[in-house]
Amino acid sequence: MSWVLPLPVVLPLLGAALNAALDHVTPRWLHVAVTLAAVAAALAFAILILIYSMSTETLHWFGGWHPRSGVAIGVVFAVDPLGAGFAVLACALTLLALLYSIPYVEVETRNYDMLVSVLCGACCGFALSGDLFNMFVWLELAGVAGYALTGFDIRRMSALQGAVNFAVVNTVGGYFVLIGIGLLYARTGALNLAQIGRTLAGEKSSGLVIIAMTLIVCGFLCKAAIVPFHFWLGDAYAVAPAPVCLIFAGIVTDIGVFGVGRVWFTVFDAPFGTHQRFVGDALLWMGIVTALVGGTMALVQQHLKRLLAFTVVCHIGIMLVGLGLLSSKGVAGAAMMLLGHGIATGGLFLAAGLLAVREPARWTAALWFCGAISLIGPPYIGVYMGHALIDDAAVELGRHWVQPLVWLAGALAGAALLRAGAQVFLGLVDDYDHGIEEDRDGPVPYLGAISALLVAVGLVVSLIPGLTQRVMRGADRFRDRAGYADRVLHGIPMKEGAHLPVVLQPTSTASLAYGCGALAVAVALAAFAVRRPDAARARVFDPVVWPLRQLQTGVVGDYVMWVVVGTAVLGGVWALTLR
Amino acid sequence: MSVLPYLVAGWICVIGLYGIVTSKHLIHLALCLTVTQSSTYVLLLAVGYVKGGGPPIFKGVKLGTTAVDPVVQSLTLTDIVVSVTVLALILALALDVHDELDTMDPDKIVELQG
Repeated sequence: MSWVLPLPVVLPLLGAALNAALDHVTPRWLHVAVTLAAVAAALAFAILILIYSMSTETLHWFGGWHPRSGVAIGVVFAVDPLGAGFAVLACALTLLALLYSIPYVEVETRNYDMLVSVLCGACCGFALSGDLFNMFVWLELAGVAGYALTGFDIRRMSALQGAVNFAVVNTVGGYFVLIGIGLLYARTGALNLAQIGRTLAGEKSSGLVIIAMTLIVCGFLCKAAIVPFHFWLGDAYAVAPAPVCLIFAGIVTDIGVFGVGRVWFTVFDAPFGTHQRFVGDALLWMGIVTALVGGTMALVQQHLKRLLAFTVVCHIGIMLVGLGLLSSKGVAGAAMMLLGHGIATGGLFLAAGLLAVREPARWTAALWFCGAISLIGPPYIGVYMGHALIDDAAVELGRHWVQPLVWLAGALAGAALLRAGAQVFLGLVDDYDHGIEEDRDGPVPYLGAISALLVAVGLVVSLIPGLTQRVMRGADRFRDRAGYADRVLHGIPMKEGAHLPVVLQPTSTASLAYGCGALAVAVALAAFAVRRPDAARARVFDPVVWPLRQLQTGVVGDYVMWVVVGTAVLGGVWALTLR
Repeated sequence: MSVLPYLVAGWICVIGLYGIVTSKHLIHLALCLTVTQSSTYVLLLAVGYVKGGGPPIFKGVKLGTTAVDPVVQSLTLTDIVVSVTVLALILALALDVHDELDTMDPDKIVELQG
């Protein structure tokens, strides 16, 4: 089985390399076919890996460098169900984005296909890897492909602005990760996650490890666009082509949160285990602030894709809340949120992309509203299951105040989506500038069908019987540091778990009520904003959002300053609390 | 092991970041990014340094000879490759900005804000 593991990474990269080698020789249909075949095969193998990973960690030691008496020297792909699931999501979304791009992207199609394939392969590599430096390389590779794709439409100044801001902030974040890795290597002499975790578990925590953790976590949070590292995201996602935004929203942003979870539960959980609440609470608060900032900023946006970008910030924040609770249910909630949010937001980005091809119609309005409702999450619709699991996890820890804040943030983002839908797609406001300036040709039914598919899957994702239970078991494995180390370093197979039922996961009454309430709040807020736009702007939105908008200057130097300040503050907090 | 290389790495990192934050020219910005990145080279090589160690090439060398850590050197090499790609991309974007606007000031390319 082990030879299958690298394939979801290798195949897209190989496809890209092949297209690069055959540049100017092959006709367009051939390089499109090569790209599609490579990503489709990667998807098939990722699904196979997911099925195998349900029973135990599947490992691939590159070059046959197996660990000797529990000491790892080689680089490993160690796959658990959440990692494999992430790779499946990455391949599936990339495949849909590529299909959408065939008529939608008209210039430089060969380079475009290559960059998208590389992005897909890099995200899969990040999800499957069990080696810290290897993760950094995939992170940077995904980053470079992402920067280039953001600036793809280089005739527009806003695209250049978005690409420069995205590139500089994320590169600085990448260096922070690398410095952290260097410090950890200095401390432990290992780069394998399980090995580092095992070495650190035997010692007292030290200042060096705190600095390393701060740098690595902040670097990942730059990618995830968590406040105060989030400013670049609104600039970048507003200008990238719509199908690229699907990949960005669905996987590229989320690898930051995934990475924080991965390093915490395999490495830093060991030295800080007794103080883990301080780490968790810091992440929890950052997540809540991010969710609220994203939701509020989304409310005041006119530019449709920029609005969607801020709803991404909101939902990434909610995922970080789930992760910050540090329990299995919280992690499972974050994973369900990642899945539901990625699919629904992707569908909305594609629906927004349709505006470049034709005027809004009734059925595009229906698509938009279905997607918006998925993202609010009324009972058993869309992201509901993610919310419900996070609620349960928060209540189990006695943090009841988390629930209303998180649901409110989701409702704010939902209200923004509903308002924009009413104004753009139902045409309730004349001359609404939705900011989609491209003018493209394309078969509307084909493009519409792909967005409809995503929106439909996004609606029912909480209803898939048995999925939640499997994600929860995957979260158990994701959190199990000692078991992970045993399986990776000693090859001890996992004990067979009890058979999981294929039923709908019941949720608490509070979550049901919050779900209905969030929908009601979102609809009311959106109706107020549409009916009385001037009053809404003058009395509610402007005073609240004014300071936030002032911070979003669009200048890259300011953003990097926030990265430095955020890292210093988080490091200071942890230096004081983790002693 | 001296603490000096770590101080140097920290200093280079901070001045690079200062340059990025205050930059008024996109090429200056890209170079400041490279300066920040150089701090990672210094750090990694300092981590792997062994006093009196030779190069980590073991062909024809007596067993037990001290050598510096080859892992950090390969990390540095990978880091260089990754970062050159980013640098090339940012410079290309800077060229496009210059062609469009005849300016290199990051403050002047702001079209989306708030």
